[in-house]
Formats: sequence, structure tokens, C-alpha cells
Amino acid sequence: MSNDTQQALFGYALRLGDTSLVLGHRLSEWCGHAPELEEDIALTNVALDLVGHARLWLAYAGEVEGKGRDEDRLAYRRDVFDYRNHLLVEQPNRDFGHTIVRQFLHDSWAVELYDRLTASTDATLAGIAAKAVKEVRYHVRHSADWLIRLGDGTAVSHAKVQDALDRLWPYTGEMFESDAASATLAAAGIAPDPLELRAAWNARIAEILAEATLSRPADGWMQKGGLRGEHSEHLGFLLAEMQFLPRAYPDATW
Amino acid sequence: MDRKDWPLFEIFIRPKNGLSHKHVGSLHAADGRMALDNARDVYTRRGEGVSIWAVPAASIAASDPSDKASLFDPADDKIYRHPTFYEIPADVKNI
Repeated sequence: MSNDTQQALFGYALRLGDTSLVLGHRLSEWCGHAPELEEDIALTNVALDLVGHARLWLAYAGEVEGKGRDEDRLAYRRDVFDYRNHLLVEQPNRDFGHTIVRQFLHDSWAVELYDRLTASTDATLAGIAAKAVKEVRYHVRHSADWLIRLGDGTAVSHAKVQDALDRLWPYTGEMFESDAASATLAAAGIAPDPLELRAAWNARIAEILAEATLSRPADGWMQKGGLRGEHSEHLGFLLAEMQFLPRAYPDATW
Repeated sequence: MDRKDWPLFEIFIRPKNGLSHKHVGSLHAADGRMALDNARDVYTRRGEGVSIWAVPAASIAASDPSDKASLFDPADDKIYRHPTFYEIPADVKNI
């Protein structure tokens, strides 16, 4: 593997790992607070799935990097500027509808990406994707079902999810951003060009929004920066909470 | 729909092919599809099953526990109804 490819692959695994980890953490914040007992368990199940994916991606990132950093070291000993997650997933929880919209926008992207990654020329990437895609297919079913219920529900639930959709829409452009690294990976058949996912993502969004009687916001100015470590102010607070224990008690075991 | 209006569903899970669905518990959901999703999250977290049935609890006709004597006691002295007088071949499973 050339140095360029190795660097690109490291960054890519980091991006997928960080995105899963941060979204998993956001969902875990619902534990004990969801509107229904059954939904509380559902959201934390999804959170655990995502943290599980993050472990696999980060462990692989550490292996590709070859500097002896394991998944815990990457998760707990990096600061905001070294995180590579999408800005969408670090947006704080507002209400249940907002969480469902954030999840649906992400899941619709993740299911298309993981589906294609199973055909990656990199065996580890393909293996992780094959394991994760089964869970992600359920995630998108869960978030799409809820979006339809809320959008096509009462006047209040409809207004809340439409508002969340309008707020979160500017964060969707980042999922399809390409750069030199993604071009390198696409050329080697390791990962699809991010733009390639756009048509399938659009189709799913159109289908579910129509059923949910929601209107798709216009594609205007899009937020950028997460992939270069330029984050919103929210990520720092999230990491402070998530990393407190390992930073206060380095290498603690129990 | 107000949350207190969510009907109760009884959940049945088939642990593996060849066995019948077994009652595992109940939960609240707005409709059948949500009941299946909730059942998947609440009752199959440890790989318990291959199939789920969700039945509205209101659709189940149940016997009254106080009728127990008239319904079941007459069977007590009819041991010939129990298939205990046969040798079961070793290869037959799940009886």
C-alpha cells in the first residue's frame, strides 16, 4: 500500500469511526429520557450498535496508522480538532423529533455507504461493512418509521419535525463532500466516491418525506469543516463528558 | 394519539425453526408494525428468535381463572388421555 493510500485509508476509517461514536454518544444521552419505555430501549440499542461500529473502525484506523494507537486511545485521547466526524451527528439533542430527523438523515446515508463498502477491495473494510450493514438496515427502518409517524401525525408533531429538518438540512452536504483522499480511495476501489451515494440518498429522502407529508428544504448553503477538524461548539462538551473518566484515571481498568 | 391510548400487545417469539411461537411478554405500541419493532428491541436483544408475532391483547379471548375447576379438573382422572404408554423413538425431537 502506498503512503498516500495508507494516509487516506487511515483518515477514512477515522471519519467513519468518529461519526459512529459521536452519534452513538448523542443517542446514549436519551437513556432514561425517551418518551416511551420501549423507545428508550430501542434508542439505546441503536446507540450500542453505533459504538460497536466505532470500535471496529477505530481499531482498524489504529492498525492502518501503525503507531500503536488502539481504539480506546483514538476515542479518548484525541481532542476536538482531531475528530473527523460529520457535523450533523454532533448537533445536540433538542426533542425526540429532532433526534429522529438527525438519525434518519444519517441512516439514509450510512445504509447506502455500508452496502457499497461490502464490495471494497480492502478485506477488513468489506468485513466491517458486512457486519454493520445488517444493523444499519434496521436503524433506517426505525428512524424512517418514526419520521413518517411524526410527520404524518398531529399538527404539533408535524411542525416539530419539519422545523428539525429545516435546521439540520445544512449539515447534510458534508456527507457527500469529496477531496484528494476520497479520490485516492475511489481509484483503488477501497471506498465509493462520496458523491456516488447522493442519488440513492435523495431517492430515499424523497420517498420517506413524501409519506411523512414533509417538505424537503432547498439545497442552499451547506455547513462544512468536520472532515478537517473544524467543529461546532457542541463537540467539545460532548467529548469532555465522554472522555472524562479515561482522562482523569488514565489506563484505569475494572 | 395520546400515549395512554397505545394498546397493549402480547408478544410471541419462535426461538428456532421447528418450534412454535412462545409467549414472552407484552408491550405498548401504536400499531402492529411498531409492536414488532418494539418487540425486536425489547425481547430479542440476545438473539432469542427467528420470528415474532404481535397480537393485540384485546383480541385474545381468555378463560376466567375462577372456571379452573370446571374446565380442567375433570381431566385429572383420565390418564388414558396422556400418551405415556408409547415408546418414543430416540430420533424424535421436541416432544
